[in-house]
Amino acid sequence: MKLFNLLRIAWNAIMRNKMRSFLTMLGIIIGVGAVIAMVAIGQGSRQSIQDQISGMGSNMIVIRPVSNVTGGARLDNTTVQTLVEPDIIALQKEGKYINGVSPSVSSRGQAIFGSNNWTTNMQGVSEDYLAIRSWSVDEGVNINSQDVKTEAKICLIGQTVIANLFPGGDEVLGKTIRFNKIPFKIVGVLSKKGENTFGQDQDDVILTPYTTVQKRILATIYYQTIFVSAIDENSTDQASDEIEQIMRASHKLQKGTDDDFSIRTQAELISTFSSTSKILTVLLAVIAGISLIVGGIGIMNIMYVSVTERTKEIGLRMSIGARGIDILMQFLIEAVIISITGGVIGVMLGFTATKLVTLFLHWPTLITESSVILSFLVCFITGVFFGYYPALKASRLNPIDALHYE
Amino acid sequence: MYMSKIIVDIKDLKRTFSVGGETVKALDGVNFSIATGEFVTIMGSSGSGKTTLLNILGCLDKPTSGEYLLDGNNVGKLSKNELAVLRNRKIGFVFQSYNLLARTSAIENVELPLMYNSSVSAKERRERAIEALAQVKLSNRMYHLPSELSGGQQQRVAIARALINDPVMILADEATGNLDSKTSYEIMSLIQDLNTLHGKTIVFVTHEPDIALFSSRTITLKDGKIIKDLENKDLRDAKEVLKNLEAIPAE
Repeated sequence: MKLFNLLRIAWNAIMRNKMRSFLTMLGIIIGVGAVIAMVAIGQGSRQSIQDQISGMGSNMIVIRPVSNVTGGARLDNTTVQTLVEPDIIALQKEGKYINGVSPSVSSRGQAIFGSNNWTTNMQGVSEDYLAIRSWSVDEGVNINSQDVKTEAKICLIGQTVIANLFPGGDEVLGKTIRFNKIPFKIVGVLSKKGENTFGQDQDDVILTPYTTVQKRILATIYYQTIFVSAIDENSTDQASDEIEQIMRASHKLQKGTDDDFSIRTQAELISTFSSTSKILTVLLAVIAGISLIVGGIGIMNIMYVSVTERTKEIGLRMSIGARGIDILMQFLIEAVIISITGGVIGVMLGFTATKLVTLFLHWPTLITESSVILSFLVCFITGVFFGYYPALKASRLNPIDALHYE
Repeated sequence: MYMSKIIVDIKDLKRTFSVGGETVKALDGVNFSIATGEFVTIMGSSGSGKTTLLNILGCLDKPTSGEYLLDGNNVGKLSKNELAVLRNRKIGFVFQSYNLLARTSAIENVELPLMYNSSVSAKERRERAIEALAQVKLSNRMYHLPSELSGGQQQRVAIARALINDPVMILADEATGNLDSKTSYEIMSLIQDLNTLHGKTIVFVTHEPDIALFSSRTITLKDGKIIKDLENKDLRDAKEVLKNLEAIPAE
């Protein structure tokens, strides 16, 4: 039996029942379309989270103090005072995979200009900070190392602060604002960065040399955070290992004791969030997959009906020389053709639905090759799986009984 | 005439069925043989075993005991698949209810047996279908669907389908049962032509004694046994009958 003949026989049978074949296909079409669209939405949101996190500076590494006191009163991480100047010097000197280092100390307070005031965060950083955060100044200049050395009373001002202190839209560069009664000259305007993934307004900030915050506002020698950038994205792991060694040496930690600091890379953050949206994608795919199974059951149902309805035809085919396997293959191929054709239309439907979601709901979407290939594969398997039993039933009919079936 | 050769050889054929624990003897020791070029009618009332005999002759069923040789093949010893191939190559079926595939053109219906024979190419299949349709005088109806054909025409398509694989025997099961008498005679005339002009071996199963008159030999079954196996000396020509029928003016 030539495969081509079987294909022809199956194709003719489908074409003889166009409407029924189409209705059978519909289950698969909707199933595949749903899988493609749902996975595209899931993948899209995952991609957009990744992009946002990368936007913070994908080679950024954050060092925070950690309490390693195991007995007695445990201190909150923010009040633990372990990060100090020698750490910075060691990192800058010894780090081979490290590009920029910026300590960070923040203080919350009221900024005043003229009759306007705004409660915001003043963050003390080094000249490397903007590069680490992949941030820039729209106007004016960045902090320089001289400013850090001299504890200069200068600042870079964020867009949200500008909006609140300068509602008239006046020129801000060169103006002097007061923060906790100390005057700061504005030397640069920060570009708009928007909200971060956690919904925090990143533009609601005033940047100033960290020494200024330490000496003039907080009177402390400690840092709250150290921002480090790896030389490139791929060496964040090496950089993070290196930082751990340098920091342990700098803090003179004995072997076997825990770190008194924590190191977080953006890659970790990405993977944390990716895993969340991965769950979302899987969930959506499962829901869509269920509809695909329902579609498959539809095929099985129709194929059973079809076998019963065409019992006489099967009897005839057997009497003129079709073997059991020929009948089996005919019905199986019919089921597979129906499910694959449904799959092709379903993929097109999925693409269209995805485009519509992006167009009207402005949700990020991403169609991956793997989701298309996967749903195709599932279609084929569905066809074979759900087509097999009806086909087997057909092939096992007794030709004499089948011929006289009414 | 053609060299006659035994194509059907049946010896002490028995077929029993168990129905509700009881054994029913449908065929109880049947012996006969058929040579090429014969036109045999198998007669019998219902329950005589003729349907069982037809099924066995058509390789759709196997005997319980005894021997059935079809063109040298011992049917009782073959597997299901081998039987299917044997049916495909050696037998042409014509059924009472035509059994054409609906919504499928006449020529595609005729081609069907060759679809299950991979040694025949698509081109040859089409050529042989055209030839077979010409033999049943339906060359002008090749692309018509069964629903567009009359009963007689549908049966002729079925006969063409039975001819296409060049079988050793055409097996007709009440082939005129669904037709009016005039159309029946037309079909009988066609079958007689196939027998006399083309030398086809024909086995015609029927319960109508009228039909038996057109065949050269009649085997009569009763209660699973052959009670009569006679040569028909007074063979009627279906064409003449048809002519006489047309001569009678319609009321």
